[in-house]
Amino acid sequence: MSDHLTDQLSDAPAAAASPTQPYAAYLVGLADDVLVYAQRLAEWMTNAPQIEEDMALGNIALDLLGQARALYPHIGAIDGTGRGEDDFAMQRGERDWRNVHLVEQERGDFADEMARLLWFSAYQVQLQTALGRSTDAVVAGVAGKALKEVRYHLDHASLWVVRLGDGTEESHRRMQAALERVQPYLAELFDDDEASVVAADLGVGVLPSSLRDGVVEQVSRVVMQATLSLPESSKWRSRGGRAGIHSRPMGYLLAELQHIARSYPGATW
Amino acid sequence: MAVDSAVAQAISRIPDPEVPVVSIADLGILRSVEVDEQAHTVAVTITPTYSGCPAMEAIASRIAFEADLQGYAAEIRTQLSPAWTTDWMTDDGREALRRFGIAPPGAVGQGESRGPVPVGISRHVVTCPHCGSADTTEISHFGSTACKALRRCNACLEPFDEFKAI
Repeated sequence: MSDHLTDQLSDAPAAAASPTQPYAAYLVGLADDVLVYAQRLAEWMTNAPQIEEDMALGNIALDLLGQARALYPHIGAIDGTGRGEDDFAMQRGERDWRNVHLVEQERGDFADEMARLLWFSAYQVQLQTALGRSTDAVVAGVAGKALKEVRYHLDHASLWVVRLGDGTEESHRRMQAALERVQPYLAELFDDDEASVVAADLGVGVLPSSLRDGVVEQVSRVVMQATLSLPESSKWRSRGGRAGIHSRPMGYLLAELQHIARSYPGATW
Repeated sequence: MAVDSAVAQAISRIPDPEVPVVSIADLGILRSVEVDEQAHTVAVTITPTYSGCPAMEAIASRIAFEADLQGYAAEIRTQLSPAWTTDWMTDDGREALRRFGIAPPGAVGQGESRGPVPVGISRHVVTCPHCGSADTTEISHFGSTACKALRRCNACLEPFDEFKAI
């Protein structure tokens, strides 16, 4: 990635003397969610229904990638490994990734992406609002910046969901179907795993379950305006992302993301 | 910001790589320049407009280059907090944007970032940088870079970029 950013990292002593922070695992989950979703969103470039959407989704991906890039070196500093952004992004196997299943799913059609973007952005708005009060200054700084951006992402997704839901019979049907398909992956966003409990106790993070009501309220308002309905809770729901257990698409995503870096170790360009 | 020394002036005049009619100082990207005349070093703090702004690397390497030309070693720090806002843009910067054909950002609304996000095409008034008409509509939420949206003037019919207020 960036030469000057990695230079800064290599200036730091490799075996950083800073004590290992127990909340590092929580931050890995935050960063992995946005990096993996950035990778998925970037796939829309040249594939979106119109060129403006190529640029919109590419720009949203870039904002999320920026969040991840700011968090990874910080995690490498607090977990004592001194790892940089490339180490996290390019050198970890599937079991070391802590993102939720929602963001790793294949992109589907445009309505599927707008359903996912609506939920994920609504979640990010609640999350970044809460993280703005983090006791970790880096986390709070990243959140203050990210909040402005994810609000705009939410606005963009909301516009599309309303346009498609309250559009033609065909667009309404497909937008509703997209809401149904994304449903099983939502509960995982709000699970309080061990890492998030530790982080919340320290005032660094926030309990995911505490974000749920605000997210559901925001999405419900958009769904209602779009003349759509929120699906019933699904019988099956995704689990395991925060523990490194992923679904089938994740391996393929990592293969595409990492293959150059792993085939040519230490390559620069 | 101390711009009394030649090296500080050279750095503050560096154009933005994406919008070269404005300097990084005018955009509010350049936060501070501290010159150490004894050690011949300069500590420069910059802040990104957007989290993933790809221009940051080009800006950092240009700062190092300009400092080197003046015989200084640059130490560049990237600062995220407080988060960049278009309110930091200078009046000169805004006027340069307008002349270039980009509508400058309006003031960031106090309390805009409170409460639920309303749904709908943004209704704020953006003046056409070409003819001055206030009758313009948004074509796309996102323009050619993360910091811009795409609009069209209903009076002169020209499309134009709007620098989004954040």
